[in-house]
Amino acid sequence: MERVTGRLIQMYDSIVNFLRKCIFYVLSVGPIPNHIAFIMDGNRRYTKRWNLMQGAGHKVGYSALMSMLKYCYELGVRYVTIYAFSIDNFKRTPEEVQSLMDLMLDKIEELLKDESIVNRYGIRVYFSGNLKLLNEPVRLAAERAMLATAKNSKAVLSICVAYTSTNEILHAVQESCEEKWDEITLLNSSGGYEPDENVNLIELTDIENHMYMAFAPDPDIIIRTSGETRLSNFLLWQSANSYLYSPSVLWPEIGFRQFLWVILNFQRIRVYLDKKRKQL
Amino acid sequence: MMISLRFAIPTPNTLIPTKTKPKPGLVDQSGLNQTALLSSLPKRCESYKLQAANGRGASVVELPEGLSRELMPKHVAVIMDGNGRWARQKGLPASAGHEAGVKSLREMVELCGEWGIQVLTVFAFSTENWIRPKMEVDFLLSLFERALKSEMESFLRFGIRISVIGDSSKLPTSLQKLINQVEETTKNNTRLQLIVAVSYSGKYDVVQACRSIAKRAKDGRIQLADIDESLIEQELETSCTEYPYPDLLIRTSGELRVSNFLLWQLAYTELFFAQEPWPDFGKEGFVKALSSYQQRQRRYGGRHS
Repeated sequence: MERVTGRLIQMYDSIVNFLRKCIFYVLSVGPIPNHIAFIMDGNRRYTKRWNLMQGAGHKVGYSALMSMLKYCYELGVRYVTIYAFSIDNFKRTPEEVQSLMDLMLDKIEELLKDESIVNRYGIRVYFSGNLKLLNEPVRLAAERAMLATAKNSKAVLSICVAYTSTNEILHAVQESCEEKWDEITLLNSSGGYEPDENVNLIELTDIENHMYMAFAPDPDIIIRTSGETRLSNFLLWQSANSYLYSPSVLWPEIGFRQFLWVILNFQRIRVYLDKKRKQL
Repeated sequence: MMISLRFAIPTPNTLIPTKTKPKPGLVDQSGLNQTALLSSLPKRCESYKLQAANGRGASVVELPEGLSRELMPKHVAVIMDGNGRWARQKGLPASAGHEAGVKSLREMVELCGEWGIQVLTVFAFSTENWIRPKMEVDFLLSLFERALKSEMESFLRFGIRISVIGDSSKLPTSLQKLINQVEETTKNNTRLQLIVAVSYSGKYDVVQACRSIAKRAKDGRIQLADIDESLIEQELETSCTEYPYPDLLIRTSGELRVSNFLLWQLAYTELFFAQEPWPDFGKEGFVKALSSYQQRQRRYGGRHS
């Protein structure tokens, strides 16, 4: 009896997978986003709403994340970025911060296993942010993960930990100044250099090259769950032309329906924008 | 606190539900029982009267239904999108759309002044807009010049301070001179600061801040290690105001993008996207945006325990 139920579940899964692949095939006739970013908001609200144990919301959130990654990579989205932990989140209670760090450590180890999603889709993993702010085990695990997946080239997953956009821009400004400072002092010492020309040594491209997220193009879509419409210091620089979508579902509740909806809207807007651009 | 109510200071009491619609401005108090006033006055009316007593220069004005003065954002930013679309829908040329946009802006400035909003930043012209047809660009810049000249008197009368941010080097010289003149004349006004972003790009703002910092470091005025977030803040063009970070950003015309406006400053800004094009936005749309803002919980990455 159990075997029959097991078989039925398997069949159901295969049918669902097949249908989903058909839908993605149809969608890929139109423009597909190259880079989607997620702000995974609403885990604790989910815990409260369903009266679960402390931290359960984050665990359910993690499996929601795995599903969303699966949909993205199946559709053909090359870059996915997730806002895992902000520098502002260090303000929370030490217990909560510690449990989030433990969860992250756990999940990073899982990602490196053979049967994980990373190897299935050939994903290269990046950890963007001020990694020096993390505790030692998490930082080492992150660096290990980046090394281990460095050879993968089919898709990219960038996990923003200890990240805020203002910190990223600050870091890029500091590095650009340092880089150009060496250049300036070198030129100054060799003499005959006009001092005022230094000012325009720093260009837009210099700053962009030093961003933590420099390896990825700008996101086409930024999705923030739980209905809040703000960026909360996430990808401010890169969001200039991104389509902002904020469904009211909480992060652990997000599913295929929202994903399909955002892709369809993205395609509609992209067609309109391309038309407008051609007019100009 | 309750003692002040016994003095017959005429104050609008629209927060108390009345059967008839109150007249704009001061409400006729005859026939209203003083004790009725005492019992039914909600607590937030107190700060209302304190503001009137302070004589801050703002005339005491009724707030629309559902809005509270304490929860008003200090700084509102607006992307005034949709003038062209509005004109096309009505079968008019784009210039008519922009003129209607100016009217809408005038209304918004008045409302901000009345409702206690301190800073209003508007995205008039982006660096990306330079690629539009030359005729439209010239019209927009001349419209801006005309509007500045004609509104100068009302700025002074209503206590509005004008600041212009953006790369002014690309603007015609007559406009640059006019901008300097207007900024200088209005710099002491305190009721509302209107920041107009012309030829502005959020990324360009950060780049020029970076260049100023590099120059200061080169001149030995700061060390490289001193570069932190507040230093960048000081060098951004929005340092001309006391409240550089918008609390609320409104974008009209249904577009769900930020389009390179105030990138650094929008870190914790609540975003509101309105469907109607800018000339149709008006008081109703603004009230909707403000009441949505006032209902939001802002946590800045922490937790409400």
